[in-house]
Amino acid sequence: MSQLSALMRTTAARLSALYLLLFALCAVLLVFYTTGLSVQFLSVQTQEALSEEIDNLGAIYRQGGMALLVRTIDHRARQPGAYLYLIADPAGQILAGNVESIEPGTLQHVGWINQPIRYRRFMESDNEVHLALARVFELPNGMRLLVGRDLGEPEHFRTVVRRSLVAALGIMSVGGFLIWFFVGRRALQRMDRLSIASQSIMGGDLSGRLPVTGSGDEFDRLADNLNRMLARIQELNEGLRQVSDNIAHDLKTPLTRLRNRAEAALAGTGADGPTHRALEEIIGESDQLIKTFNAILMISRLEAGYSSEALGPTDLAEIVRDVGELYEPLAEEAGVDLQVEIPETAVVKGNRELIGQTISNLVDNALKYGTRRGEPSRVMLCLVEDDGEYRVTIADAGPGIPVDMRERVTERFVRLEESRTRPGSGLGLSLAKAVMKLHSGALRLEDNAPGLRALLVFPKSVGEG
Amino acid sequence: MKILIIEDDRDTALYLERALSEVGHGADIAGDGETGMMLAESGSYDVLVVDRMLPRRDGLALIAGLRARGDATPVLILSALGQVDDRVTGLRAGGDDYLTKPYAFSELLARIEALMRRSNSKEGETVYRVGDLELDRLSHTARRAGREIGLQPREFRLLEYLMRHAGQVVTRTMLLEHVWDYHFDPQTNVIDVHISRLRGKIEKGFGSPLLHTVRGAGYMLRATGD
Repeated sequence: MSQLSALMRTTAARLSALYLLLFALCAVLLVFYTTGLSVQFLSVQTQEALSEEIDNLGAIYRQGGMALLVRTIDHRARQPGAYLYLIADPAGQILAGNVESIEPGTLQHVGWINQPIRYRRFMESDNEVHLALARVFELPNGMRLLVGRDLGEPEHFRTVVRRSLVAALGIMSVGGFLIWFFVGRRALQRMDRLSIASQSIMGGDLSGRLPVTGSGDEFDRLADNLNRMLARIQELNEGLRQVSDNIAHDLKTPLTRLRNRAEAALAGTGADGPTHRALEEIIGESDQLIKTFNAILMISRLEAGYSSEALGPTDLAEIVRDVGELYEPLAEEAGVDLQVEIPETAVVKGNRELIGQTISNLVDNALKYGTRRGEPSRVMLCLVEDDGEYRVTIADAGPGIPVDMRERVTERFVRLEESRTRPGSGLGLSLAKAVMKLHSGALRLEDNAPGLRALLVFPKSVGEG
Repeated sequence: MKILIIEDDRDTALYLERALSEVGHGADIAGDGETGMMLAESGSYDVLVVDRMLPRRDGLALIAGLRARGDATPVLILSALGQVDDRVTGLRAGGDDYLTKPYAFSELLARIEALMRRSNSKEGETVYRVGDLELDRLSHTARRAGREIGLQPREFRLLEYLMRHAGQVVTRTMLLEHVWDYHFDPQTNVIDVHISRLRGKIEKGFGSPLLHTVRGAGYMLRATGD
């Protein structure tokens, strides 16, 4: 049913419905016009033939008087044909001719009868009523003469046209509906294929291309242009990845040397001298530098899009359980009540490693920044299924993040004033945001009144839910 | 024990060679992929340390080539590329462990030693013993001096890993990798707290300490007198 309603919404379906309607309307008008003309033409012909016959009979009357006229009519009435002949006495009693009965009152009026009249033919078995065009004359002896011509031919023509019109409209509607169905469905299927392909491409698999059928139609041209655009984006992306890989290699090699030398020097100094402390600090600083550096590289890599291979069916519940369990002793030591609530399973399309890292970063933040000195605090880590999505919530009761800063803190290197003095790179939330984007989900920061509530929203994967 | 270092940065390679020889491991250096392949094929090394980006033959291609010839020498990949998918491609090419640059030497050493002893590992044993501590992998029980120790499933895995590598330094990242199966760098001392809990369970009320902290490196499970 939903497929049908989707079909009705397509442009192709709407256009074909509109064309069908217009075409049917034109056809009806055309048929009415031509039949009208034909019928009129036939009537004129009938009338002319009739006039001719009347002139003919007039000539006979003038030539041989009443007797010859009656004889001629009697003779002609016996021959098969479309003409009607009738002679009646002044009272309307039929005396001769090929008409058995006629609409009463017809003979009272002398001259052309404007409306076709009904009559019944003499010597006919089926008692059929026919229509005819006729003219009534008053003969000198008061008798009435009716000469007419059957209208069966034009009437028959009209019936045939009417029937064929109904049949044609029926066939046209069915045909139109079929064309609409197939053309519309075809268009719909191609659009569906295009949008499925583009969704997977938007999900990070830039090597994917939109299907091209090779027919060279407008869909193909559109797909072709979009494909060229994708190729260009992929090229740029590949370049970006290449550059970041090179930077990683070229900067990390000297950093490795730096760290190595400091370590080697450290081994040669006596414990706890000032040189020793300085070297330890150098190692510490370089480690921090490396962490920041890794985080930046990771964010760029995530934003450039991982291969879709990196994402697979992953149990979110298991990850949350693991992270909860990983942090539970630390929380206990810090005097924080870490509460974990999870369902049995929650399968999403994702990368366990990235999600695990993201959730543990957020729990880490909650334990670090979400506590108030001297107060017993609590951190909630829960996973709920709601409205077709899975939500991982990490909520603390700390100072929270002011409303105007909530959007900003997810940008790179943005940190709250209060936390500047503490270790950290200001990249954790940007990383979380990038990871969520890769999973077609979202990172939301809300007020936990008091405290911060970080939500990781994952779409439920189709087919595995 | 002999180690082959295939690394194009001469400075780093020399430092590694010196540092390894200081702790008693002999090491050879190859400066590019082709030389590395030739030396590795001689087959006289216990562990290969391979940089991922090498001139003349890519590190991953080198490993894949060795594996294709049936060479099972343990390989530790060193790489500047540390993303999740980089690690996956590295291990898929046949690497046994993956370490991202820059690294602490202690981390590298711990991993090299873990790889070296893999050949005579306790993988097949069902009961591990260190001093009077005993861990039964089949019944999932641990006892010390005959007394049973109640362990959570994760604590059991932690102890199992430490006992399998008894006498070796085990770093925090190695624990996170093998016990929790996560490869990121733990921000805080999460692992330390797990260790001190475990230490409480296996040491409190018993005589000698077993689980030692190795400063600047990690932990080592070792019975006193071993």
